[in-house]
Amino acid sequence: MIRAVRTFAAFWFDFVVGDDWRIAAGVVGLVAAAAVIVHLAVVRAGIVAAGVALAVVVLVLAAIVSDARRAPR
Amino acid sequence: MSLTASDLGVVTASFLASGVELVEALTIVLAMGVARSWRAALWGTAAAVVALTVITVALGTVVGTSVSRSALQLVVGTLLLIFGLQWLRKAILRSAGLKALHDEDATFAEEQAAARAAGHELRYGLDWYAFVISFKGVFLEGLEVVFIVVTFGASAHSIPLAAGGAAAAGVVVLVVGAVVHRPLAAVPENTLKYVVGLLLSTFGVFWVVEGLGTFAPGGGSLGWPGGDLALPVLLATWLGASQLAIGTLRRTRPPVTT
Repeated sequence: MIRAVRTFAAFWFDFVVGDDWRIAAGVVGLVAAAAVIVHLAVVRAGIVAAGVALAVVVLVLAAIVSDARRAPR
Repeated sequence: MSLTASDLGVVTASFLASGVELVEALTIVLAMGVARSWRAALWGTAAAVVALTVITVALGTVVGTSVSRSALQLVVGTLLLIFGLQWLRKAILRSAGLKALHDEDATFAEEQAAARAAGHELRYGLDWYAFVISFKGVFLEGLEVVFIVVTFGASAHSIPLAAGGAAAAGVVVLVVGAVVHRPLAAVPENTLKYVVGLLLSTFGVFWVVEGLGTFAPGGGSLGWPGGDLALPVLLATWLGASQLAIGTLRRTRPPVTT
Protein backbone atom coordinates (compact mmCIF):
# COMPACT_ATOMS: atom_id res chain seq x y z
CA MET A 1 0.00 0.00 0.00
CA ILE A 2 2.76 2.44 1.03
CA ARG A 3 4.69 1.46 -2.09
CA ALA A 4 1.67 2.21 -4.25
CA VAL A 5 1.21 5.63 -2.62
CA ARG A 6 4.90 6.39 -3.10
CA THR A 7 4.76 5.36 -6.75
CA PHE A 8 1.63 7.48 -7.27
CA ALA A 9 3.23 10.51 -5.58
CA ALA A 10 6.49 10.03 -7.49
CA PHE A 11 4.59 9.86 -10.78
CA TRP A 12 2.74 13.14 -10.16
CA PHE A 13 5.89 14.85 -8.85
CA ASP A 14 7.72 13.84 -12.00
CA PHE A 15 4.75 14.80 -14.18
CA VAL A 16 4.36 18.31 -12.74
CA VAL A 17 7.90 19.22 -11.67
CA GLY A 18 9.76 17.46 -14.49
CA ASP A 19 13.50 16.91 -14.52
CA ASP A 20 14.52 20.34 -13.22
CA TRP A 21 13.00 21.04 -9.82
CA ARG A 22 14.71 24.45 -9.68
CA ILE A 23 12.34 25.88 -12.29
CA ALA A 24 9.24 24.64 -10.42
CA ALA A 25 10.60 25.92 -7.10
CA GLY A 26 11.56 29.25 -8.67
CA VAL A 27 8.11 29.76 -10.20
CA VAL A 28 6.33 28.89 -6.94
CA GLY A 29 8.65 31.19 -4.94
CA LEU A 30 8.17 33.99 -7.45
CA VAL A 31 4.37 33.66 -7.38
CA ALA A 32 4.40 33.65 -3.56
CA ALA A 33 6.53 36.82 -3.44
CA ALA A 34 4.31 38.53 -6.02
CA ALA A 35 1.20 37.52 -4.05
CA VAL A 36 2.59 39.26 -0.95
CA ILE A 37 3.38 42.39 -2.96
CA VAL A 38 -0.12 42.43 -4.49
CA HIS A 39 -1.75 41.84 -1.09
CA LEU A 40 0.16 44.74 0.45
CA ALA A 41 -0.78 46.89 -2.57
CA VAL A 42 2.60 48.61 -2.50
CA VAL A 43 2.99 48.85 -6.30
CA ARG A 44 0.66 49.24 -9.29
CA ALA A 45 -0.65 46.24 -11.24
CA GLY A 46 1.35 47.15 -14.35
CA ILE A 47 4.61 47.10 -12.41
CA VAL A 48 3.73 43.72 -10.86
CA ALA A 49 3.00 42.35 -14.35
CA ALA A 50 6.25 43.61 -15.84
CA GLY A 51 8.22 42.48 -12.77
CA VAL A 52 6.81 38.94 -12.84
CA ALA A 53 7.41 38.58 -16.60
CA LEU A 54 10.99 39.82 -16.28
CA ALA A 55 11.70 37.63 -13.25
CA VAL A 56 10.42 34.50 -15.02
CA VAL A 57 12.61 35.20 -18.07
CA VAL A 58 15.63 35.66 -15.79
CA LEU A 59 14.72 32.45 -13.92
CA VAL A 60 14.66 30.26 -17.02
CA LEU A 61 17.78 31.87 -18.49
CA ALA A 62 19.61 31.23 -15.20
CA ALA A 63 18.53 27.57 -15.28
CA ILE A 64 19.74 27.24 -18.88
CA VAL A 65 23.11 28.86 -18.11
CA SER A 66 23.48 26.48 -15.16
CA ASP A 67 22.66 23.50 -17.44
CA ALA A 68 25.17 24.70 -20.02
CA ARG A 69 27.92 25.01 -17.39
CA ARG A 70 27.27 21.44 -16.27
CA ALA A 71 27.19 20.07 -19.82
CA PRO A 72 30.32 18.11 -20.83
CA ARG A 73 32.83 20.16 -22.82
CA MET B 1 -17.38 33.66 -35.49
CA SER B 2 -13.98 35.36 -35.37
CA LEU B 3 -11.02 34.08 -33.38
CA THR B 4 -9.25 36.40 -30.95
CA ALA B 5 -5.49 36.30 -30.39
CA SER B 6 -6.15 34.32 -27.21
CA ASP B 7 -8.35 31.79 -29.06
CA LEU B 8 -5.73 31.37 -31.75
CA GLY B 9 -3.08 30.75 -29.09
CA VAL B 10 -5.27 28.13 -27.39
CA VAL B 11 -5.94 26.23 -30.64
CA THR B 12 -2.31 26.43 -31.79
CA ALA B 13 -0.85 25.31 -28.45
CA SER B 14 -3.34 22.44 -28.15
CA PHE B 15 -2.77 21.31 -31.74
CA LEU B 16 1.04 21.38 -31.52
CA ALA B 17 1.32 19.92 -28.00
CA SER B 18 -1.10 17.16 -28.91
CA GLY B 19 0.66 16.48 -32.21
CA VAL B 20 4.11 16.16 -30.62
CA GLU B 21 2.91 13.86 -27.83
CA LEU B 22 0.87 11.70 -30.21
CA VAL B 23 3.85 11.26 -32.55
CA GLU B 24 5.76 9.82 -29.57
CA ALA B 25 2.83 7.60 -28.57
CA LEU B 26 2.45 6.39 -32.18
CA THR B 27 6.10 5.26 -32.20
CA ILE B 28 5.52 3.04 -29.16
CA VAL B 29 2.26 1.55 -30.47
CA LEU B 30 3.82 0.88 -33.88
CA ALA B 31 6.80 -0.86 -32.25
CA MET B 32 4.48 -3.09 -30.18
CA GLY B 33 2.28 -3.82 -33.19
CA VAL B 34 5.16 -4.73 -35.49
CA ALA B 35 7.24 -6.67 -32.95
CA ARG B 36 4.50 -8.33 -30.87
CA SER B 37 0.79 -8.10 -31.57
CA TRP B 38 -1.34 -5.51 -33.35
CA ARG B 39 -4.43 -6.73 -31.49
CA ALA B 40 -2.85 -6.19 -28.05
CA ALA B 41 -1.28 -2.86 -29.11
CA LEU B 42 -4.62 -1.52 -30.34
CA TRP B 43 -6.51 -2.76 -27.25
CA GLY B 44 -3.87 -1.05 -25.07
CA THR B 45 -4.34 2.14 -27.06
CA ALA B 46 -8.14 1.94 -26.77
CA ALA B 47 -7.95 1.35 -23.00
CA ALA B 48 -5.67 4.38 -22.60
CA VAL B 49 -8.01 6.57 -24.66
CA VAL B 50 -10.95 5.52 -22.43
CA ALA B 51 -8.92 6.29 -19.26
CA LEU B 52 -7.88 9.68 -20.66
CA THR B 53 -11.49 10.49 -21.58
CA VAL B 54 -12.63 9.75 -18.02
CA ILE B 55 -9.84 11.95 -16.61
CA THR B 56 -10.67 14.75 -19.06
CA VAL B 57 -14.35 14.77 -18.10
CA ALA B 58 -13.57 14.61 -14.35
CA LEU B 59 -10.85 17.27 -14.49
CA GLY B 60 -12.91 19.51 -16.79
CA THR B 61 -15.89 19.35 -14.43
CA VAL B 62 -13.81 20.14 -11.34
CA VAL B 63 -11.83 22.95 -12.99
CA GLY B 64 -14.89 24.46 -14.63
CA THR B 65 -17.17 24.62 -11.61
CA SER B 66 -15.32 24.64 -8.32
CA VAL B 67 -13.07 27.68 -8.24
CA SER B 68 -13.24 31.42 -8.89
CA ARG B 69 -11.85 32.77 -12.17
CA SER B 70 -8.84 34.51 -10.62
CA ALA B 71 -7.93 31.51 -8.44
CA LEU B 72 -8.23 29.26 -11.50
CA GLN B 73 -6.00 31.61 -13.50
CA LEU B 74 -3.40 31.60 -10.74
CA VAL B 75 -3.26 27.80 -10.34
CA VAL B 76 -3.47 27.06 -14.05
CA GLY B 77 -1.01 29.84 -14.92
CA THR B 78 1.51 28.53 -12.39
CA LEU B 79 1.24 24.96 -13.66
CA LEU B 80 1.37 26.00 -17.32
CA LEU B 81 4.39 28.15 -16.57
CA ILE B 82 6.21 25.25 -14.92
CA PHE B 83 5.31 23.01 -17.88
CA GLY B 84 6.11 25.63 -20.49
CA LEU B 85 9.47 26.59 -19.01
CA GLN B 86 10.52 22.92 -18.95
CA TRP B 87 9.57 22.50 -22.63
CA LEU B 88 11.31 25.77 -23.49
CA ARG B 89 14.46 24.97 -21.50
CA LYS B 90 14.88 21.58 -23.20
CA ALA B 91 14.12 23.03 -26.65
CA ILE B 92 16.73 25.79 -26.16
CA LEU B 93 19.35 23.29 -24.98
CA ARG B 94 18.56 21.03 -27.98
CA SER B 95 18.66 23.93 -30.45
CA ALA B 96 22.01 25.02 -29.01
CA GLY B 97 23.35 21.47 -29.44
CA LEU B 98 23.74 20.88 -25.68
CA LYS B 99 21.11 18.15 -25.51
CA ALA B 100 20.59 15.31 -27.96
CA LEU B 101 17.59 15.64 -30.30
CA HIS B 102 14.71 13.21 -29.86
CA ASP B 103 15.04 10.50 -32.51
CA GLU B 104 11.82 8.61 -33.27
CA ASP B 105 13.64 6.01 -35.41
CA ALA B 106 16.03 5.26 -32.54
CA THR B 107 13.16 5.04 -30.05
CA PHE B 108 11.29 2.74 -32.44
CA ALA B 109 14.33 0.45 -32.74
CA GLU B 110 14.85 0.40 -28.95
CA GLU B 111 11.19 -0.38 -28.26
CA GLN B 112 11.20 -3.13 -30.88
CA ALA B 113 14.37 -4.70 -29.45
CA ALA B 114 12.93 -4.62 -25.92
CA ALA B 115 9.63 -6.07 -27.18
CA ARG B 116 11.37 -8.97 -28.93
CA ALA B 117 13.50 -9.71 -25.84
CA ALA B 118 10.57 -9.69 -23.40
CA GLY B 119 8.87 -12.93 -22.39
CA HIS B 120 5.43 -13.97 -23.65
CA GLU B 121 2.56 -13.84 -21.21
CA LEU B 122 -1.05 -14.18 -22.30
CA ARG B 123 -3.78 -12.48 -20.25
CA TYR B 124 -7.43 -12.07 -21.29
CA GLY B 125 -6.36 -13.50 -24.64
CA LEU B 126 -3.91 -10.64 -25.24
CA ASP B 127 -0.13 -10.39 -25.45
CA TRP B 128 0.19 -8.69 -22.06
CA TYR B 129 3.53 -6.98 -22.72
CA ALA B 130 2.29 -5.29 -25.89
CA PHE B 131 -0.96 -4.30 -24.19
CA VAL B 132 0.72 -2.75 -21.11
CA ILE B 133 3.46 -0.92 -23.02
CA SER B 134 0.95 0.49 -25.53
CA PHE B 135 -1.39 1.51 -22.71
CA LYS B 136 1.41 3.22 -20.77
CA GLY B 137 2.79 4.96 -23.84
CA VAL B 138 -0.53 6.40 -24.96
CA PHE B 139 -1.70 7.20 -21.42
CA LEU B 140 1.45 9.01 -20.29
CA GLU B 141 1.86 11.00 -23.52
CA GLY B 142 -1.88 11.72 -23.56
CA LEU B 143 -2.02 12.88 -19.96
CA GLU B 144 0.11 15.89 -20.78
CA VAL B 145 -2.23 16.73 -23.66
CA VAL B 146 -5.28 16.39 -21.40
CA PHE B 147 -3.70 18.66 -18.83
CA ILE B 148 -2.87 21.33 -21.40
CA VAL B 149 -6.28 21.13 -23.11
CA VAL B 150 -8.32 21.30 -19.89
CA THR B 151 -6.30 24.00 -18.14
CA PHE B 152 -5.78 26.10 -21.25
CA GLY B 153 -9.39 25.74 -22.31
CA ALA B 154 -10.83 26.50 -18.88
CA SER B 155 -8.72 29.61 -18.34
CA ALA B 156 -9.53 30.98 -21.77
CA HIS B 157 -13.17 29.83 -21.55
CA SER B 158 -12.51 27.82 -24.71
CA ILE B 159 -12.45 24.12 -23.77
CA PRO B 160 -14.18 23.19 -27.09
CA LEU B 161 -11.53 25.15 -29.05
CA ALA B 162 -8.67 23.54 -27.10
CA ALA B 163 -10.22 20.08 -27.48
CA GLY B 164 -10.80 20.75 -31.18
CA GLY B 165 -7.13 21.64 -31.68
CA ALA B 166 -6.00 18.47 -29.88
CA ALA B 167 -8.50 16.29 -31.77
CA ALA B 168 -7.39 17.73 -35.12
CA ALA B 169 -3.79 16.85 -34.27
CA GLY B 170 -4.92 13.36 -33.28
CA VAL B 171 -6.62 12.85 -36.64
CA VAL B 172 -3.58 14.14 -38.57
CA VAL B 173 -1.11 11.91 -36.67
CA LEU B 174 -3.36 8.84 -36.93
CA VAL B 175 -4.01 9.28 -40.66
CA VAL B 176 -0.35 9.95 -41.48
CA GLY B 177 0.76 7.10 -39.19
CA ALA B 178 -1.70 4.68 -40.83
CA VAL B 179 -0.57 5.72 -44.31
CA VAL B 180 3.21 5.64 -43.81
CA HIS B 181 3.10 2.78 -41.27
CA ARG B 182 6.39 3.80 -39.65
CA PRO B 183 7.55 6.32 -36.99
CA LEU B 184 7.07 9.95 -37.99
CA ALA B 185 10.76 10.75 -37.68
CA ALA B 186 10.56 13.61 -40.17
CA VAL B 187 8.33 15.67 -37.86
CA PRO B 188 10.44 18.58 -36.53
CA GLU B 189 9.73 17.67 -32.91
CA ASN B 190 12.15 20.10 -31.32
CA THR B 191 10.79 23.05 -33.28
CA LEU B 192 7.22 22.11 -32.34
CA LYS B 193 8.20 21.70 -28.68
CA TYR B 194 9.94 25.07 -28.82
CA VAL B 195 6.78 26.75 -30.16
CA VAL B 196 4.61 25.00 -27.55
CA GLY B 197 7.06 26.05 -24.83
CA LEU B 198 6.85 29.67 -26.03
CA LEU B 199 3.03 29.60 -26.03
CA LEU B 200 2.68 27.87 -22.65
CA SER B 201 5.17 30.27 -21.07
CA THR B 202 3.40 33.27 -22.62
CA PHE B 203 -0.07 32.27 -21.44
CA GLY B 204 1.35 31.00 -18.13
CA VAL B 205 2.83 34.40 -17.24
CA PHE B 206 -0.30 36.17 -18.49
CA TRP B 207 -2.65 34.12 -16.32
CA VAL B 208 -0.36 34.07 -13.27
CA VAL B 209 -0.39 37.86 -13.20
CA GLU B 210 -4.17 38.06 -13.73
CA GLY B 211 -4.67 35.40 -11.04
CA LEU B 212 -2.55 37.33 -8.54
CA GLY B 213 -5.58 39.58 -8.22
CA THR B 214 -6.92 36.91 -5.84
CA PHE B 215 -4.61 38.40 -3.22
CA ALA B 216 -5.46 42.03 -3.96
CA PRO B 217 -7.53 43.82 -1.30
CA GLY B 218 -10.53 44.03 -3.69
CA GLY B 219 -10.11 40.53 -5.21
CA GLY B 220 -10.80 39.80 -8.90
CA SER B 221 -8.32 39.45 -11.75
CA LEU B 222 -5.34 41.79 -12.04
CA GLY B 223 -5.26 43.67 -15.34
CA TRP B 224 -2.35 43.77 -17.79
CA PRO B 225 -1.50 47.15 -19.30
CA GLY B 226 -3.13 46.95 -22.74
CA GLY B 227 -5.24 43.92 -21.84
CA ASP B 228 -4.93 41.02 -24.33
CA LEU B 229 -2.41 43.05 -26.35
CA ALA B 230 0.11 42.05 -23.68
CA LEU B 231 0.04 38.50 -25.13
CA PRO B 232 1.95 39.25 -28.37
CA VAL B 233 4.37 41.43 -26.38
CA LEU B 234 5.03 38.55 -23.97
CA LEU B 235 5.43 36.11 -26.87
CA ALA B 236 7.93 38.43 -28.56
CA THR B 237 9.82 38.77 -25.27
CA TRP B 238 10.08 34.98 -24.89
CA LEU B 239 11.08 34.59 -28.53
CA GLY B 240 13.79 37.24 -28.22
CA ALA B 241 15.15 35.93 -24.91
CA SER B 242 15.21 32.31 -26.12
CA GLN B 243 16.89 33.18 -29.45
CA LEU B 244 19.46 35.22 -27.55
CA ALA B 245 20.12 32.22 -25.28
CA ILE B 246 20.42 29.82 -28.24
CA GLY B 247 22.77 32.16 -30.11
CA THR B 248 24.96 32.77 -27.06
CA LEU B 249 25.16 29.06 -26.16
CA ARG B 250 26.02 28.10 -29.76
CA ARG B 251 28.89 30.58 -29.76
CA THR B 252 30.26 29.69 -26.35
CA ARG B 253 29.63 25.94 -25.96
CA PRO B 254 30.64 23.04 -28.21
CA PRO B 255 27.70 20.79 -29.21
CA VAL B 256 27.01 17.50 -27.43
CA THR B 257 27.11 14.59 -29.86
CA THR B 258 25.36 11.90 -27.79
